[in-house]
Amino acid sequence: MSILTVKNLKLQFGGLLAVNDLSFTVEKNSISSIIGPNGAGKTSVFNMITGFYRPTSGEIELDGTSLVNKKPSQITKLGMARTFQNLRLFPNLSALDNVKSGMHCRTKEAVWGALFHTKSQKEEERLIEEVAQECIDFVGVRKYMQRSAKNLPYGAQRYLEIARALATKPKILLLDEPAAGLNFEEKQYLIQLIRRIRDEFHITVLMIEHDMGLIKEISEHITVIDYGCKIAEGTPNEVLNNEKVIEAYLGKEEVI
Amino acid sequence: MKKYKKHSLLLLVLAMFLLPFLLDIYWLDVITLVLFYVVLTQGLNIVVGYTGLLDLGYAAFFAVGAYTTAILMTTFHWSFWLTLPVAALFAAIAGIIVGTPTLRLRSDYLAIVTLGFGEIVRILAINLDITGSASGIYGIPRPTIGSYVLSSQQDFYYLILIIAILSVLVVYRLGHSRIGRAWVYIREDEDAAEAMGINRIRLKLLSYATGAVIGSLAGSIFAVKMSAIAPLSFSFLQSVMILLAVVLGGLGSIPGVVIGAALVIVLPEVLRGAEDWRYLIFGVALVIMMIFRPQGILPKKYETEDRSDPEEETNDKNHSISV
Amino acid sequence: MDVFLQIFFDGLVMGAFYSLIALGYTMVYGIIKLLNFAHGDFYMLGAFIGYALLSFFTGDGGLNTGLLGIGAVFIVTMIIVGLAGMGVERIAYRPLLTAPRLSILITAIGVSLSLEYASMIGWGASYKVYPIKLPKNGLEIIGAQISFAQIGLIVLSALLMIGLRLFIEKTIYGKAMRAIALDQAACSLMGINVYRIISLTFFIGAFLAAGAGIMSGVYYGTINFMMGFIIGLKAFTAAVLGGIGNITGAMIGGIVLGIVESYGTYYLGGSWKDVLAFGILILFLVFKPTGILGAKEMERM
Ligand SMILES: Nc1ncnc2c1ncn2[C@@H]1O[C@H](COP(=O)(O)OP(=O)(O)OP(=O)(O)O)[C@@H](O)[C@H]1O
Ligand SMILES: [Mg+2]
Repeated sequence: MSILTVKNLKLQFGGLLAVNDLSFTVEKNSISSIIGPNGAGKTSVFNMITGFYRPTSGEIELDGTSLVNKKPSQITKLGMARTFQNLRLFPNLSALDNVKSGMHCRTKEAVWGALFHTKSQKEEERLIEEVAQECIDFVGVRKYMQRSAKNLPYGAQRYLEIARALATKPKILLLDEPAAGLNFEEKQYLIQLIRRIRDEFHITVLMIEHDMGLIKEISEHITVIDYGCKIAEGTPNEVLNNEKVIEAYLGKEEVI
Repeated sequence: MKKYKKHSLLLLVLAMFLLPFLLDIYWLDVITLVLFYVVLTQGLNIVVGYTGLLDLGYAAFFAVGAYTTAILMTTFHWSFWLTLPVAALFAAIAGIIVGTPTLRLRSDYLAIVTLGFGEIVRILAINLDITGSASGIYGIPRPTIGSYVLSSQQDFYYLILIIAILSVLVVYRLGHSRIGRAWVYIREDEDAAEAMGINRIRLKLLSYATGAVIGSLAGSIFAVKMSAIAPLSFSFLQSVMILLAVVLGGLGSIPGVVIGAALVIVLPEVLRGAEDWRYLIFGVALVIMMIFRPQGILPKKYETEDRSDPEEETNDKNHSISV
Repeated sequence: MDVFLQIFFDGLVMGAFYSLIALGYTMVYGIIKLLNFAHGDFYMLGAFIGYALLSFFTGDGGLNTGLLGIGAVFIVTMIIVGLAGMGVERIAYRPLLTAPRLSILITAIGVSLSLEYASMIGWGASYKVYPIKLPKNGLEIIGAQISFAQIGLIVLSALLMIGLRLFIEKTIYGKAMRAIALDQAACSLMGINVYRIISLTFFIGAFLAAGAGIMSGVYYGTINFMMGFIIGLKAFTAAVLGGIGNITGAMIGGIVLGIVESYGTYYLGGSWKDVLAFGILILFLVFKPTGILGAKEMERM
């Protein structure tokens, strides 16, 4: 059963067609990937799915609900979380406060509760703290909990961003190049982490990645795009041996 | 540690209540003005310090409070206390009116638009009959509690002291709540905040409205204390001075901002004779502060433990630069 | 009809001043994305330095000021203020180019306060009367009085703007400016001295604003240390109107605003003219932030 459906998606920036008539689906509980050369339009696809870019045309559905014309915050509330290609943590805030942000859309106390410290407000604060700590523990950055995000080691920042996304209690998690900048051990750890997210939390994972080794190891389904168009999809083995894909990555040999 | 802090705070408040017995009228007036600034800066602190929205027309909300109270009390003979909620309501509406068009603007445009709104409010006050045109409104009656009429310096000192304490409390509690955190997330990275499910539009408007309400309270009390108000008190320079206090003290830092308020008011009193130099000194101070200590005199701390973990190398700088 | 034309010409002169100041806003914004709040104060500085130099020459200095003398004062003033613009950039803005936006905006306010109140301390808070006056005579066009002075100012402004256009289009510096506006990192990799070009941009911006300052001093007759504040906002409005970052846009935006304001003043009354300008600014920022000539763009994530 599919959880996310993208149909005939198109995105135009002035004269540039960044995404062209793209369709794909993501199966519930799968770990899927989008790959493609630099500038292929992968991040733009994520930005449309999460509501940051408005598609020129096309349809996006999460669990049967259309996401087009919804605000990013509404989409997150519907159960979609994401990370960013270039880390977008809240740099001056502690790691814990960073993760607490995820709980915002799952809680509801407003000004009144804050001013008078009502019972329900205190309870809610306790819940936020609890969930945030759980997420921090889950990705394994507890020892940095009180530090400003910008002062964390790079790898920990990547994990922290995932923890923050998990705190929104998503159905599907979108990771934009989660392994970028990680060393070998950190990548191994990331692979474990992604598996556990799916297996323990039953969260569907869709990621953009350039690291073919990593993709081969955990991805069950791959969609390949080049110049905004889908050029192949299937299992890692099918896709990585596909001629068009190899061509897209290595470039066509010039024959005169 | 925490208890110690609480005790010294209580002591400070007690000292503030005893102050009128120790100071002469002149200095009591200066401190009263400081307290007005404490209220104003706390309000602006929500908007600029917490939410990161540069507001250059904050004096407009001060004006809305002052004029609402003044008009209701002189033209319509309302009781002072009843004017407060009305003034707050008008200020909240004004906040939303200023906020709405600026929501999608980049920070520098936003600054200019708020400046423009501030000027519009001032020009309206100068040109409308109901606000008494350029000469303003005078003969604003004194507020009463039962049969007691608040009229002496001390009375107003206590009134504004209570409001100042309340506003500090309000800003503190909001800051330590889900709402306050959401404001700070928006300041830190608006897009990331939105991606975390925070409706930035609603929260920015709430920030403007809350800041405006606090500013209007200061305005209402200002009107009855002075018993006459004029557009001159609500100029761009007033907005800049309030902003200066917030920036000097430390954006987002409650004690910092209180210190900033005290500095901005008391310094010119100490430097008497150098009156002409006052704004020049403040202007230069702003520049120097931004270059050498942008976090202010008493910055807000976000790391709750000292980070003396020796094994950790910190990250390279380009990840910490925000544009 | 005659009144209509009269208002048009008055607006044109004001608009020319707006354009000259708006150019500095737009160029600085285009190149480093900084909204230089202090920019209006270069206009004020131009007016005052011109005032000081002219007073010196027409006073006991003994030199008789012919057209040549006035021209010299003009150029010297513009150069001095241009250098001041470079100084401000070097001291206040350059250390903050990579800092968060809020910091540099607040700095700009600090610079503006400093320039205004330094001038107040130097020249006093009261209005100063300009030492030279323009002759009132002129010609009549369908009943409207157009003075030679107005024509002269408009021509002079036009010349400055044409000069700027040529500079930006034909010289290597102009090319570098346009390149930096597109991609600063690539430019420094290509060996362009980015800081020098930024410096130059500030020089030109302040230079043009100073020109407008002197001209307005001569034209309106009085100057004051706060004169740059409101006009700076108006010029910013003009820059937004034309599409910020767009040089032709700034020129057109200034003229349009000047003329609209001139009619607004006539039909609504002088006390509302600032409200009109700010209203236009807010409406544009909300509904068409890219201005008349700007292209639509999706904010990058
Ligand atoms: N807001 C925007 N305005 C204009 N062009 C854009 C915008 N966002 C992306 N683009 C362009 O769209 C194209 C696709 O960009 P995108 O970031 O989606 O690529 P990508 O596949 O994620 O590449 P990478 O692997 O380098 O991250 C690029 O040519 C990019 O320059
Ligand atoms: Mg990408």
